[in-house]
Amino acid sequence: MSNQALPRPRFNAPEPEHGPSERGSKVAPKVEPRTAPLLQGKVSEIPDAFFAAAMRLCGFAVVALLGLIVYQLVIGSHLSWHAFGWKFFGQSDWNPVEDQYGALPFIYGTIISSILALIIAVPLSLGVAVFITEMCPVTLRGILSFLTELLAAIPSVVYGLWAIFILVPVLRQYVQPFLATTLGWTTLFSGPPYGIGMLAAGVILAIMIIPIISSITREVLTVVPQHQREGVLALGATRWEMIRLGVLRNARAGIVGAIILGLGRALGETMAVTMVIGNRPEIAKSLFAPGYTMASVLANEFTEATGDLYLSALIEIGLALFLVTIVVNALARLMVWSVTRGQPARSLA
Amino acid sequence: MGVGINVEHLNAFYGKTQALFDVNIAVAANHATALIGPSGCGKSTFIRCLNRMHETIPEARVEGAVRIGDLGVYNGTSATQLRRRVGMVFQKPNPFPTMSIYDNVAAGLKLNGFRKRKQLDEIVHKSLHSSALWDEVKDHLHKKSGASLSGGQQQRLCIARALAVQPEVLLMDEPCSALDPISTGKIEELIFQLKEQYTIVIVTHNMQQAARVAEFTGFFLLGKMIEFDKTEKIFTNPSDKRTEDYVTGRFG
Repeated sequence: MSNQALPRPRFNAPEPEHGPSERGSKVAPKVEPRTAPLLQGKVSEIPDAFFAAAMRLCGFAVVALLGLIVYQLVIGSHLSWHAFGWKFFGQSDWNPVEDQYGALPFIYGTIISSILALIIAVPLSLGVAVFITEMCPVTLRGILSFLTELLAAIPSVVYGLWAIFILVPVLRQYVQPFLATTLGWTTLFSGPPYGIGMLAAGVILAIMIIPIISSITREVLTVVPQHQREGVLALGATRWEMIRLGVLRNARAGIVGAIILGLGRALGETMAVTMVIGNRPEIAKSLFAPGYTMASVLANEFTEATGDLYLSALIEIGLALFLVTIVVNALARLMVWSVTRGQPARSLA
Repeated sequence: MGVGINVEHLNAFYGKTQALFDVNIAVAANHATALIGPSGCGKSTFIRCLNRMHETIPEARVEGAVRIGDLGVYNGTSATQLRRRVGMVFQKPNPFPTMSIYDNVAAGLKLNGFRKRKQLDEIVHKSLHSSALWDEVKDHLHKKSGASLSGGQQQRLCIARALAVQPEVLLMDEPCSALDPISTGKIEELIFQLKEQYTIVIVTHNMQQAARVAEFTGFFLLGKMIEFDKTEKIFTNPSDKRTEDYVTGRFG
């Protein structure tokens, strides 16, 4: 349709005229006369070389430390690895008296409590982040994000204490009976409502990872360029549509990163979970039942591990936990990085 | 068909700072109208008042009356409703990077609950044709992301995206300032074709561009509309001294 040449302008807009005198009241800048260079003389290379070496040492120290930890864990878990092999991770019998060790209940407990935490924390944190970046009045924005981050600074033992005295009684008296009557048929919410158990661990973990997920999500949402929001708005989108298409969709890789980072924290969290999960190495279907996690068994039983094999089995659990959190964290960093550094990660679909 | 725009006593503010002072203008239907003026003179603010994008900035507000066709912009019409009839193309091409080319064009329709596949196909086809992009992208409509195109193609994609909802007015905020001369030429040619069916308001820093594409030109200075007239008059025989100073390059 458009092969025809563009019509010539019917007249020419005049070329700009130059020359300072024509530029009205503008005064040309006056450059002061130049003197001899002020910074002359030799520069010693030694301090810089020393500085570089020192910093290099610091950098390598981190790598060495990580390597050393892995090495120690591998050496320490040698005995247990020889005794059980892969069976160690598939066996649910944990009996120090008969020297039978299986890590399955702990792996199960860690995974289930973390997933439970994510189910509760993700919608809440996304809501907080969206509210802070997109809808909240500017004056409230700073206060609100400061408060969310403050939640992250509370020591986990304090969370544990709060959970024992407030959360657990509330769960026992109100939440669990309610869940049992409404959702009891799923068998996920059955059995006696102790309060203490997997559900309490999941809830306290959720509260602990909300600040991480929401603050990273907030950061990721802030880097979504303003022109993306305007592009969606200009098409006649409502506010929710703008947030969904223009903001969340562009930030999804970063949001997934934030969630995985929260998961990493949940997997490794020890103190608060130990205080409320019940510490029984069993795989129960009901979330009301007590459980155990990898981190809490390490914290609880290290001091009383008498036999070599017992100790070795605990170290192997430590190794497994370590590897899982490393992988999860690396994955999360990668995803956050892909959003904040370069283009938003493309969809494959 | 495009519709005319009537602006009366428009004042716009950013917090306490006033950005536009009592702007009055009548934009003719089915013509291109260019707005020129030095940076910060309020032309972008003005154009953003026409589709209520101005108020998306915190603490920004508007006084005055704007009518687009039979639609009163600032009395009772929802911004969402309005923007479905007034399309906008921005300075920086902003295709949606997570969507395919097809989905970019269809985005506006899908937002409004338009889901009929066959009709969507047709409209996407038509819009990409209208924005002179079809031949370049027809082989990978679904495979390539909107962000994989070149800058000029991205801008034409954004034009197609705006056209897909069949607006009556097309606002363009320096649509070529991020583009090379060849892409700029294509967009200008496009504007020339589009104004037969749409009312176009274009903000530009390039006076030659204003001269090439627009029948009417408005000159803004420090938030005031200094002069509004036929483009030819503005560039060859302006009635205000300040306009003359600007178009001859004496200041700004």
